[in-house]
Amino acid sequence: MKKFLALMLTLLLVMMSLAACGGGGSDSGSGDNVIKIGVFEPASGDNGAGGKQETLGIQYANFVQPTVTIGDTEYNVELTIVDNESDNSKAVTAAQNLVSQNVSIVLGSYGSAVSIAAADVFADAGMPAIGVTCTNPQVTADCEQYFRICFLDPFQGTVLANYAWENGMKKAYCLSKQGDDYSKGLVNYFIEAFKGLGGEVVEEQFPDKNSDFTSYVANAKKNGCDVFFSPVSTEAAALIIDQAEAQSLGMPILAGDTWDSNVITEAAKGKKVDITVTTFYQEGGNADFDSGIKKWMEENSEAMTNNGGNTEIAAVTAMGYDAYFVALEALKAAGSKDAGDVLAALPDLQVSGLVCGDVSFNETGDANKTEAFVKKCNTESGTWEFVKKQAAE
Amino acid sequence: MGFIQTWLPYILAGIAVGGQYALIAIGYTMVYGILRLINFAHGDVFMWSGLIMVYLVTILPLWLSVILVIVFAIVLGTTIEKVAYRPLRSAPRMSIMISAIGVSYLLQNFALYITGGLTKTYPTISWLQRTVTIGSASTKMVTLVTPVLTIVLVFLLVMLIKHTKIGMAMRAVSRDFETSSLMGIDIDRVITVTFVIGCALAAIGSVLYFSNYTGIQPMSGAMPGLKAFVAAVFGGIGSVPGAVVGAFVIGIAENLIKGVGWTNFSDAFTFVLLIIILMVKPTGLFGEKNIDKV
Amino acid sequence: MGKTLNSKTKAVLSVACIALFLVLVYIGDNLIPASSSWKMLITVVEKGSIFALVAASMNLLNGFTGLFSLGQAGFMLIGAYTYAIFTIPGKSHEAVYQYFEGGLIQWSVVEILEGKLGVFGHYLGMFIPMIGAGLIVAAVAALIGIPVLRLKSDYLAIATLGFAEILRAFFQWNSLGPITNGSNVLRKYTTYGNAIFPVVVAGICIAIIVLLINSTYGRAFRAIRDDEIAAEAMGINLFKHKELSFVISSFFAGISGALLAMFQTTINAMPFNTVMTYEILLIVVIGGIGSITGSIIGAFLFIATSEWWLRGLDSGKWLGITSNLMRPGFRKVVFAIIIMLIVLFYAQGIMGDREFSWDGFIRWWKNLPANIKAWPAKRKAKAESKKEARARKAAAKAKAKEDKAAGETRRASGEALYTPLPVSDEVMVFGKEGK
Repeated sequence: MKKFLALMLTLLLVMMSLAACGGGGSDSGSGDNVIKIGVFEPASGDNGAGGKQETLGIQYANFVQPTVTIGDTEYNVELTIVDNESDNSKAVTAAQNLVSQNVSIVLGSYGSAVSIAAADVFADAGMPAIGVTCTNPQVTADCEQYFRICFLDPFQGTVLANYAWENGMKKAYCLSKQGDDYSKGLVNYFIEAFKGLGGEVVEEQFPDKNSDFTSYVANAKKNGCDVFFSPVSTEAAALIIDQAEAQSLGMPILAGDTWDSNVITEAAKGKKVDITVTTFYQEGGNADFDSGIKKWMEENSEAMTNNGGNTEIAAVTAMGYDAYFVALEALKAAGSKDAGDVLAALPDLQVSGLVCGDVSFNETGDANKTEAFVKKCNTESGTWEFVKKQAAE
Repeated sequence: MGFIQTWLPYILAGIAVGGQYALIAIGYTMVYGILRLINFAHGDVFMWSGLIMVYLVTILPLWLSVILVIVFAIVLGTTIEKVAYRPLRSAPRMSIMISAIGVSYLLQNFALYITGGLTKTYPTISWLQRTVTIGSASTKMVTLVTPVLTIVLVFLLVMLIKHTKIGMAMRAVSRDFETSSLMGIDIDRVITVTFVIGCALAAIGSVLYFSNYTGIQPMSGAMPGLKAFVAAVFGGIGSVPGAVVGAFVIGIAENLIKGVGWTNFSDAFTFVLLIIILMVKPTGLFGEKNIDKV
Repeated sequence: MGKTLNSKTKAVLSVACIALFLVLVYIGDNLIPASSSWKMLITVVEKGSIFALVAASMNLLNGFTGLFSLGQAGFMLIGAYTYAIFTIPGKSHEAVYQYFEGGLIQWSVVEILEGKLGVFGHYLGMFIPMIGAGLIVAAVAALIGIPVLRLKSDYLAIATLGFAEILRAFFQWNSLGPITNGSNVLRKYTTYGNAIFPVVVAGICIAIIVLLINSTYGRAFRAIRDDEIAAEAMGINLFKHKELSFVISSFFAGISGALLAMFQTTINAMPFNTVMTYEILLIVVIGGIGSITGSIIGAFLFIATSEWWLRGLDSGKWLGITSNLMRPGFRKVVFAIIIMLIVLFYAQGIMGDREFSWDGFIRWWKNLPANIKAWPAKRKAKAESKKEARARKAAAKAKAKEDKAAGETRRASGEALYTPLPVSDEVMVFGKEGK
């Protein structure tokens, strides 16, 4: 009897699978006037928060411009979103899922490791992918299919090191997360550049799931450092800020693009901390975009929740918005919704009128970006203040 | 003097986190003492207590939220026991442990769904989060409150176990499950009370812990939970004072390890300690010898 | 019952089925275009067979030897890294070990053998690191096993879990960077070209596990599981057999780690955490503790449901149902609930401790129509008996209440409800002489 039930259960699951496939199949075939854009972003795991903000930008762009005209036909653009769970082993199946749903182009991901993991799937399928904020050089280095619209870690690391050196900081405490390609990579490039300028460095790592940053802050103080460099995920960032306040860190905190998020401003509000970040986008740089997306988030409670409960715009959101329009331009240039044609059109693409600056790709598929924005957190109002544009040289 | 000045911040942090581990560890050690079950879901009850606090504070005053959080933790813990552990009590020990792992998986995933994977910031309890300066170190008020509160609570708990009827019943059940049920002790009631105490302390621990480390995400309970369990083993499972001593040792040791620069191995250290204890003195510091558990 | 098949027919049937399956996988992998939604099926078969292998290896330990170990993810981690480290082509080292000056090892086993032996060397070059991965994991397990295997049930579980965490920290250690690449991903190593590869390797390994289980060693393992003291009394060396089971299980976990590395094409120590071990354990439980067939079915079902069929639950559209409840994360909640239901109400899993056999299958198939026909009646009978039990319970409760009330009134009226036994010698004698 039990065995029988078990087999029935199995059969039921198999039937479900068929139904699911059938459903998927009929979806992909529904009308010729639909173009699918795959969104490959984490919605859970370590980078869930950042991934969601990036997805928001893409969703808003889709809301602003839900159609694209290729040749004479107007297509509806549909987003196919999968969660890569910030996990390399899940990223492969997630990417395969996108490929098998017949999308024309993929956007993402936040977090470089999952992009590197998915690169081979996209390469095998000949699927063009545009990295939005994955800054590790390895993403595009050996993958013909991967392009990206952001700057790279060697660039950002150098910019940060220059900024620190120019502001009289001689000894840096560098904290990265164990097993996190992004923070480790950026810290490496920072150290390289900072040492090149003559600076001194203390480097440490914290294990994942760690929430006790007391000792790291104490270590930075003990070593007599001038700057606390910690380009980690926003989850850890909020905790670091908290401890910095509790122990009166007494040195500026420096970080990369991940920290340009309202999670940070929220955490730093009313605290005696000095936070400076480099980033892709500066709020207020494009008034139409700012007011538009704020209005959209206010009307859309789920978007507001995903943004962390307020309408402060993260740089990754602006980048997500740009990525969507780059994808549309690529589709127009390709003149078809076939992934192969889009791939062929990408290298020569030049897009202007974006909120984070114009985009064109170099031979490895990276965007030609020469400047980063430096922003400082105003802890009284809980907002970012523009400091300057900083170049690598 | 110089030595103390350098190390004071680490020791203070260690004592604080140790006290918080202690409050979680008591739940582990009591449940293990009675049911011989590693309650893997205990760390997640702890995490959920923190999460519920985040939501409650938005609609209720702080003091009421704290009380409701404790009530919530108790309800959650006893429900888990009723639904997931009680039906399997006569099943092999492996099944009940798998059930505990399943509950933990469910609680984490449900938290993931509710929070959407975003880190929630714990509400500010200004009194606890005020910065205080002691000698060379400045820290949060909670760092000083935690050890005191922990020791008071543990003292009360030990009194309860030693001098009340239910305490006696608990000791009897942990000594011999079957015989005590033959003696007319209401086993179900004893187990429920055990879970009530364990979860209430975990909830109090969550208030202290998250006031200190203010971010909550679905996995926040996993590591403190595992460490608290190691603390319970270290002190001798089934022994409440043992668990507290073990928790302080682990808390201080892991911070000192970070202080000397071995940050990579601060978590691994806990497990090294566990394995050494299991090898050398499996009954722990204060464990009773005659119980067959290792 | 129908007549049973003779062993020759069974063998032919088995071989035919396996061959058919392999051919289907091969064709599927080569002919299904990447953009088809059926391509996911192949991905699931690849990942499913890798997890089937690790689940079977865990089952060997947990289900057949009764050792509750939670170190599987740690062993997979070593396997994956060992394989990856030795198969990264020389020219890619500079790019992969970008922060460690190209790393310590500058060659790849695959390249060396391919240069000498051609295509055959290429595959040999993949097999040697893969077997090597298994052997290194087995050696590590042997070392860990000496202290740990003396512990019982849950202490063993927590100790192995601890070891897995230590291993993870070790592999991410910056000082080992020239070998493990520290926190950064390893990539560019040789992977398999066709989905048939993991299926065949996992299949062979599982077959070896099955052979082992059916050997005298397997019987000794089961004896230990059922009763350690009895097993020892029968002359089974407990430690030797536990260690053997642990080492063999770890060997196959290492192989599956190597396969997983090939499947993922990039490796990083982070995902090999306790959650991964729990997932493997849940596969074993779903399939049935003590059934290899169950582990295989469980693995495919687990991978397919969690990473394919239920994905729609995250995006708000699933089987044509749309709902606001369905937002990212809902899939995992539903999945966790399904698992809890299985654990609580269906503890023996899909297969219990039975294995697949042609006889059983045929019997089941023959009885299927009858069973389906009898099902409503059976359900009715079950419901009926439940109802009856409930009624009986209610009646008993009512009766007890009535009795109590009657007792109260009688007591109130001053009636003695029981006669105390006279404390006489006769009663005392019972204690002295009674049996």
